[in-house]
Amino acid sequence: MNTPLVSLVEAGKTYGELDVLSSMTMSLNEGEVLGLFGHNGAGKTTMMKLILGVISPSKGSVTVMGMAPDSKEAWHCRSKVGYLPENVSFYEQLTGLEVLTYFAKLKGFSKKQAIDLLEQVGITYAMKRQVKTYSKGMRQRLGLAQAFIGEPKLLLLDEPTVGLDPIATRDFYKTVDQLKSNGSSVILCSHVLPGVEQHIDRAMILSTGKLLAMGTLSELRQQAALPVVIKPSGLNGAVAQDAKLNRFITGACQNTLMVPEQEKLAVLKQLLSLEGLDDLHVESANLEQVYQHFLEKHELDLQQKTQGGQG
Amino acid sequence: MKQILTVANKEFHDGLRNRWLVSITLIFALLSIGLTYFGAAASGAVGVTSLSTTVASLASLAVFLIPLIALLLSYDSFVGEQESGTLLLLLTYPLSKSQLLLGKFIGQGGIIAFATFLGFGASALLLYFQLGDTDIFRAFGLFIISAILLGLSFTAISYIISLSVSEKSKAAGFALITWFLFALAFDLALLALLVGVEEGVTQQGLTQLMMLNPTDIFRLVNLSGLDSSDVNGALAVAINASLSQVQLFSALVAWVVLPLSLAIFIFKKKTL
Repeated sequence: MNTPLVSLVEAGKTYGELDVLSSMTMSLNEGEVLGLFGHNGAGKTTMMKLILGVISPSKGSVTVMGMAPDSKEAWHCRSKVGYLPENVSFYEQLTGLEVLTYFAKLKGFSKKQAIDLLEQVGITYAMKRQVKTYSKGMRQRLGLAQAFIGEPKLLLLDEPTVGLDPIATRDFYKTVDQLKSNGSSVILCSHVLPGVEQHIDRAMILSTGKLLAMGTLSELRQQAALPVVIKPSGLNGAVAQDAKLNRFITGACQNTLMVPEQEKLAVLKQLLSLEGLDDLHVESANLEQVYQHFLEKHELDLQQKTQGGQG
Repeated sequence: MKQILTVANKEFHDGLRNRWLVSITLIFALLSIGLTYFGAAASGAVGVTSLSTTVASLASLAVFLIPLIALLLSYDSFVGEQESGTLLLLLTYPLSKSQLLLGKFIGQGGIIAFATFLGFGASALLLYFQLGDTDIFRAFGLFIISAILLGLSFTAISYIISLSVSEKSKAAGFALITWFLFALAFDLALLALLVGVEEGVTQQGLTQLMMLNPTDIFRLVNLSGLDSSDVNGALAVAINASLSQVQLFSALVAWVVLPLSLAIFIFKKKTL
């Protein structure tokens, strides 16, 4: 009953000698939003192409909606998958409406649906204009409208918010939340991190074709064991005199405590008991810090490995 | 089938929008009307000349123009979409590679076929009004059909080019070389073989060699029915060992089908 919508089992892709993606195991459930993070060349796009069935895995298996996406049987599933490529420039000489109508027809939908989608992404006012007159943000909206054709069960979005202004970004996330509540699964591929964390259920961090970490944000935080930053104010050095608290003070700033996640509550209680406290600022490690942590750790591992190899 | 038609429709409209249809039709019409009227200007007369002279001069010009136009029209149809990223996107749609390729072929081939029909058809009509001879339609019919097949053949060849390279500019370069080889170099080489090498090739062998080049088949189709006084060079030799029109047309059709199949094969092997 609860079979995952997408599952990769030790799937890998090599181009000649080059190991673009090495044995990746993951799964995505219905109605789940997965964030896929990594630098350029980390293997994000390759993974998306594997899931889309545009390329076949060199080893392992990929299953989407119970079928191998590169097989003939999976053909009819393709109209239930939406994809926004990272760098796409649509037919410049066509109008926005013509572009979207073309793509809608290829998925078996009509011009009317194309107009509705253009309205949804808010570029109806420009739909009769040629795409070459569009700004970066408008092109991105057109691309999103294209990915939303036919209310897909699975959406793969490569850098969806690039070029969008803050309002459009907010609208975009609203749409993602809406699709999610309709039961669609979304894979968001990005290296722009702020703002994305409240919209994803799980995150996957990739580097040079390897999976560094995967899990919910709090799981990742735990794995990374990054401290919580607590900034009390109005205490005037009382923290430094408190035996329970002063070990958390970092050298530079007397008023900032770096507290491990598991001791957070104890420290907060202690702080609240102090007199003179007039404000308290608690900040858990955000996705960006978690991401940095895993990347740095990975680089360190690599360095040790090469040093070990030389020695 | 619906997918193929959707793609074909888009490509055909691109051809209309980019003024391809209008320009090709105009070029062909001007050329053919001009040749019909002034073809005999060199011999001092202006006016409609004989049917065979007209078709002969039209064929010898069309043989350069049609391949060039077909290559220009479609050299970037795949590599262009690959560069802009829409090819990858299209392949994630419920659209197979052969459907995409055939759709493009029908759309762009339609532009060439329609333009050839309109452009050369115009001068057929004109000739008919001047001479009142219904033979004109037969001769022009053969000419137009073979011209369309020639155009389709080079459309398919340009798909092979477009699918084999990774940059648009390279595709343009290869298209130019292909045109040069088929339209010019091949015949020069044949002529050299014929003249330069004693007992190099038999008449039979020469005709067989000509089957390796669609432009030569096109020439044979259109010139073999005419008085040999209008024809000279390697062709004249080949014509004497003439193949039937049916054989020639089958060879031209093969020059459409084979490159098209090869293009589909390359597309299927291609990774994005």
